[in-house]
Amino acid sequence: MVGICGYGAYIPRNRIKVEEISKVWGTDAESYKKGLMLEEKSVPSPDQDTITMAVEASRKAVKRAGIDPALIGAVYVGSESHPYAVKPSGTVLAEALGATPECHTSDFEFACKAGTEAMYVASQLVKAGSVKYALGVGADTSQGAPGDALEFSAAAGAAAFLFSTEKDKIVAELIDTYAYMTDTPDFWRREHMHYPRHGGRFTGEQAYFKHVVSAGKGMMAKAGMKPSDFAYAVFHQPNGKFPLRAGKMLGFEERQILTGWLVNKLGNTYSGASPLGLTAVLDEAKADDKILVVSFGSGAGSDGFVFRATDKLKAAQGLAEKTRQMLDEKKRFLEYGTYLKYRKMIIMNE
Amino acid sequence: MQPQRYWREIPRRYRLEAGKCRKCGKVFMPPRLICDACRCTEFDMVRLSDKGKVHTYTVIRIAPSGFGEQVPFVLALVDLEGGVRLTMQVADCGPEDVKIGSPVKVEFRKINEVGKSGVICYGYKAVLA
Repeated sequence: MVGICGYGAYIPRNRIKVEEISKVWGTDAESYKKGLMLEEKSVPSPDQDTITMAVEASRKAVKRAGIDPALIGAVYVGSESHPYAVKPSGTVLAEALGATPECHTSDFEFACKAGTEAMYVASQLVKAGSVKYALGVGADTSQGAPGDALEFSAAAGAAAFLFSTEKDKIVAELIDTYAYMTDTPDFWRREHMHYPRHGGRFTGEQAYFKHVVSAGKGMMAKAGMKPSDFAYAVFHQPNGKFPLRAGKMLGFEERQILTGWLVNKLGNTYSGASPLGLTAVLDEAKADDKILVVSFGSGAGSDGFVFRATDKLKAAQGLAEKTRQMLDEKKRFLEYGTYLKYRKMIIMNE
Repeated sequence: MQPQRYWREIPRRYRLEAGKCRKCGKVFMPPRLICDACRCTEFDMVRLSDKGKVHTYTVIRIAPSGFGEQVPFVLALVDLEGGVRLTMQVADCGPEDVKIGSPVKVEFRKINEVGKSGVICYGYKAVLA
């Protein structure tokens, strides 16, 4: 038996509303709110980055697992906003947790699915018996060019999952995994470029829906399951509309999706998006609930996971701050100028 | 800051590791070589709590180099649970939000960056609980 023995989330307190961004660029806020189902998004403070959020989410995962962090044998961080071009995020994270020095670490990149890649590898390493505990983290301070449609959604957050094979510690058993991937140039960022570029509508049918729906179908076929077997389903959420539509195409009802659907108030946290949705589901799930997770990363590919909540989950849920608490409480709304300053988009003298 | 100096401070910056005197139990942050209460020279490593209260604070309006973009910001003396008092910034709030006695929790944050190409220095800051 392999599964999650601890999980944690982190969402910054700053928010900016769609209306505040629209006001500057002369766009119609209502069309974004209605068309993409976006209301506001999280914004990192100037002293926050992928590493700081990964540390906070991982500390919650360790707290829920109740383990000695020195026993974590692998630490993997997935992000497309690692603070250093050369120097791992994982070393800082492992050191902050107290997992060093007997620990393997690596940083993953695959647009928005780098987080589930980290989870995928961490879970399989534990399953293979190579390490006792492995940590998979998805975290991003997403970039979106000013004035681009992405600016309404590119947000910040992190989710962390500790994997184990100890039956008495597992809060969500990992039943099966699946991966679906093709070479699709729908979204990219070249080296030394500040902002990503994307193929506009090409990011929809040929990229997101093709991979998410195929991975969803493939995952369920491999696990021998159908949509009605699941209490919850979490899909990558670049906007509000896409995951609801993908779920419908796969045969899911909205009630199965909404618990892990955070994007209308959170924005797209890229590598943290579907992992954060999973943390919100784990905060609420009951023993024996089945959970489908399908990520998406441009470039392009999707990872599928099927989890089953165990009777150990209930006790773990209250051991750390819940995802919806972080999403809904202690928010600070920013004006656009402060948002630019926080995101370091203002040209300054050295 | 030189990477070597930052590296030496990692245990206390990242994990709030302090020294606890084996003889009288007094806790020192940063750790010391000799206990100022009983002169003992043997210490155990302990991790400080991430919860505390603001003992007192000041508002920085003229900041040192590297912190200018953050003004005005709050610098506080925080009494951590367990009895140790540390100086740290209070993040994600305005000066008007902080009061003596405000409950805080400690979070992992960037403290400063050495220019655009230097090392990024991480450490602890408080946020209002």
